[in-house]
Amino acid sequence: MSQFALEKLHERFGSAILETSSVFGNETAVVQRSKIVDACRFLRDEPGLRFNLLMDLCGADYPGRDERYEVVYHLCSIPTKKRIRLKVRCPESDPTVPSIASLYQTVNWSEREAYDLFGIQFSGHPNLKRILCHHEFEGHALRKDYPYNKRGKIPTPDSLVDELHAEIERRRLERPAEERGEVRDLAADAMLLNIGPSHPAMHGCFRVLVDLDGERIRDSVAEIGYLHRCFEKESENHCYTQIIPYTDRLNYLSPLMNNVGYCMAVEKLLSIEIPERAVWIRVLICELSRIMDHLVCVGTNLVDLGALTNFWYFFNARERMIDWVEALCGARLTTNYTRIGGLMRDIPTNTNSFLRECLRELHKALRDVEGLTKTNRILMERTQGVGAITAEDAISFGFTGPCLRACGVDYDVRKAHPYYTYDQLDWDIPVGSRGDCYDRIFVRFEEMRQSARIIEQVLDRIPAGPIQTHDRRVALPPKHEVYGSIEGLMQHFKIIMHGIKPPAGEIYSYTEAANGELGFYIVSDGSSKPYRIKVRPPCYTLYQAYPELIRGGMIADAVAILGGLNIIAGELDR
Amino acid sequence: MTWFDVGLTALKVVIIQMMILNIAPLLIWVERKGCAYIQDRRGPNRATILGLRLGGLFHALADVVKLITKADSENREVSRPLFILAPLIAVFISLITVAIVPFTEPLVLGNFTFNLQIADLSAGLLYVLAFSSLAVYALLLAGWSSGGNFSLIGALRAASQMVSYEISMGLSVVAIFMVGGSFRLGDLVAIQGENPFDWFIVKLPIAFILFFTALFAETNRLPFDLPEGESELTAGYHTEYSSMRFAMFFMGEYIHITVGSLLITMLFLGGWNLPYVSTEWLRSHSSYALEIIWVGAALFHVVIGAYLIRHYVRRRGFWGDARDREGLVFGIPALFAGLALGAAYIVPKTILLPWWVGPVTVFGIQMGVVLAKTLFFCWVFIWVRWTLPRFRYDQLMRLGWKSLLPLALANIVLTGVMVLYG
Repeated sequence: MSQFALEKLHERFGSAILETSSVFGNETAVVQRSKIVDACRFLRDEPGLRFNLLMDLCGADYPGRDERYEVVYHLCSIPTKKRIRLKVRCPESDPTVPSIASLYQTVNWSEREAYDLFGIQFSGHPNLKRILCHHEFEGHALRKDYPYNKRGKIPTPDSLVDELHAEIERRRLERPAEERGEVRDLAADAMLLNIGPSHPAMHGCFRVLVDLDGERIRDSVAEIGYLHRCFEKESENHCYTQIIPYTDRLNYLSPLMNNVGYCMAVEKLLSIEIPERAVWIRVLICELSRIMDHLVCVGTNLVDLGALTNFWYFFNARERMIDWVEALCGARLTTNYTRIGGLMRDIPTNTNSFLRECLRELHKALRDVEGLTKTNRILMERTQGVGAITAEDAISFGFTGPCLRACGVDYDVRKAHPYYTYDQLDWDIPVGSRGDCYDRIFVRFEEMRQSARIIEQVLDRIPAGPIQTHDRRVALPPKHEVYGSIEGLMQHFKIIMHGIKPPAGEIYSYTEAANGELGFYIVSDGSSKPYRIKVRPPCYTLYQAYPELIRGGMIADAVAILGGLNIIAGELDR
Repeated sequence: MTWFDVGLTALKVVIIQMMILNIAPLLIWVERKGCAYIQDRRGPNRATILGLRLGGLFHALADVVKLITKADSENREVSRPLFILAPLIAVFISLITVAIVPFTEPLVLGNFTFNLQIADLSAGLLYVLAFSSLAVYALLLAGWSSGGNFSLIGALRAASQMVSYEISMGLSVVAIFMVGGSFRLGDLVAIQGENPFDWFIVKLPIAFILFFTALFAETNRLPFDLPEGESELTAGYHTEYSSMRFAMFFMGEYIHITVGSLLITMLFLGGWNLPYVSTEWLRSHSSYALEIIWVGAALFHVVIGAYLIRHYVRRRGFWGDARDREGLVFGIPALFAGLALGAAYIVPKTILLPWWVGPVTVFGIQMGVVLAKTLFFCWVFIWVRWTLPRFRYDQLMRLGWKSLLPLALANIVLTGVMVLYG
């Protein structure tokens, strides 16, 4: 399909395209370092290609190669629903890559992350400083020669004032010369307010330093990394199955969905088909998690707006669903439910009646909260037109999920690139029109209703059958074979002792999580541990746009916007 | 003024202030339990004394113990004298406004008149407005002396909000002065009389809405709790406060609510008047009233006692500890008290009661009516808090200056026309 894009690239750039490949439906082109900006611009602007959404940018380290470092770009086209992966390589002696920050706004933080973790320099980047690791960190953590058990030092807090000053200065210089005015002396005339990392509206742990003019926010800079748990470094040192529990902690409001996303990626890498029943159960738990995630997001957003009661109406409904999750896998949050090739165990026997009861409660809670909020004048004034973003900006910032759909773009991975059984189910994509806080809240409302529709259909149609594949590369043999035959014993031994070994290769697999596209980029070198894992967390791009969204707003707006974006520190910082 | 008068006034001060001060923990309990039921949950029910929970009332006691025993923390930036002074001002101002509120009609026993009102000032309501506007100093000083940005922003918000809504509040009361022709609360209540259609809530609905809205802003309650702005400013002006100093702000807030509700009762809801029951009728039929109250109290005790005992029987062994006996501990005495009251009903029926029982009964009824109306409005304050979202600062200002103020001015003109031609 999008071989077409590769051909176009060849046609346009000729020998600057060093290699192309197409594995697992991921089209890949390795581009000459000097041509990457042009290639990205071409892919973005060329009619017929229109790769307008930069999904992810990450680094990778291959010490054995001549050109040690690699930067991987994942591009997505919303109009043509195609994907492409670009790669740029650079040697250790000169780890510099041209920055594409002028093309996609979302790249700013992604390039900072690649710099932070790999030490790759991006020439032309406006603010290349560390992002996930603290500012006094030594070395680059994801380089293969950085020992994963090395102890760090306890950092002093970063005041961020210099960064804020640079940001103000940069914006001043963007304006035409006659409107610029004087250089502001922050020490003398600014009222700086430090919101977070421990602040009641920062659900999680992140920070934003704002420069206030009365109650109005003039400029701000955000800082993340307070919850950085080295997910990617840890993953490189654990075998594939041991990573599943780590994915619980990514988006801790909907852990089941992260389990599914990760296992789906590894299964694609192994080319394994999972049984029909497991597929349907995965759809079921994904949609249930989506509802659970949206309930918390909308509930806490309303709490931030001062409407406290709604939160409890939602939480009662959510609590019942969590009861089911507890019966499903024995944990409320640390679910660890999926397995590579299937599921941990079958769903509880009373699922059908229990979940239908849950959905009835959900609809009641939705009606109650809608009655309290939807036409409430105070709420409408607090949210309508607040934090609005246009569809073009949202795409440039790499928004996905409800926040993008609130801008009127009907992009949903479940429709655009259907996986599992989503194409057999009857449901709609709700979209907003203005991309403001109000739309974000009520797009989520409607998505919950759609997810409830999906769940009802799944409950009707879920087939009987096994829940784990019989493929012996990943599945343990049944006990009678282990004890009764030498092959069974050996297979059991191999999987337990050596782990699952996918063939060498790489995959970018993506699912629609509650906040947007959750992508897993996995590189395998054929061993039992992944060579490189990169998570594409939906929050990362959303929070990057946050300083832009709150500029010119009031402190109260900043809080309202943050709740509507649903930033989950667990997946933001990984 | 004799020493007797001085002593009597001192006694009244103690009685009224104790009453108001004790409403605060009760209101905190109502707030917590009420919001719990609004939010579909149970609310406080864990603190026990010997297995008794009193529906969570002991949490108020536990809170007090906790707050008194906690350390007073101060950061390096505070300006200490003002930091300590601010909460004192908050409580003092709230308490002092209650001085001119008459809770009942004067109790006349022969040639001795007892008026449950600390000071019967002719300026009356103006005194309340004057003192309640001083409350802004508490917030302003607290926020400024804390030495933190969140506190400072909270204090600025408080100052601008209170000044803005003060005006609408004052202007809304002007309409009452025009119709009532007096500043004395006692006179205003007397003018309203016992017919609910003569109460100012019906006669001057706009003034009521203005006063009520402004009162929300004055007490810093949701939807006007911007100075606190929990999710935005952590806790606004009292971010840096802890222990009893923090508690005094809260006491101030609840006392403010109580006093505000008292004022609404007096100004708009006919004060101590029962609808369609005139004071004269009550005076001449005080024995009827006493009997009704007597029988009512007896029935109430029996019903409650029976309910609690049934509760115990139904859920015996539910907790498996001392809490199970709670139903019995309260149920049996209530039942017996009810039965004893019922049996003693014979007393007012047969024995000639002393002459002072009649006036005292009327006094008690009026007191009860005032407190009931006041507590109802306190409940409305709580109810609204858990229903509405919070305003934003500019919207708050817009509402205050562009909606309420013109409305208040128009209301004065309208009332003037009404007084002249109506």
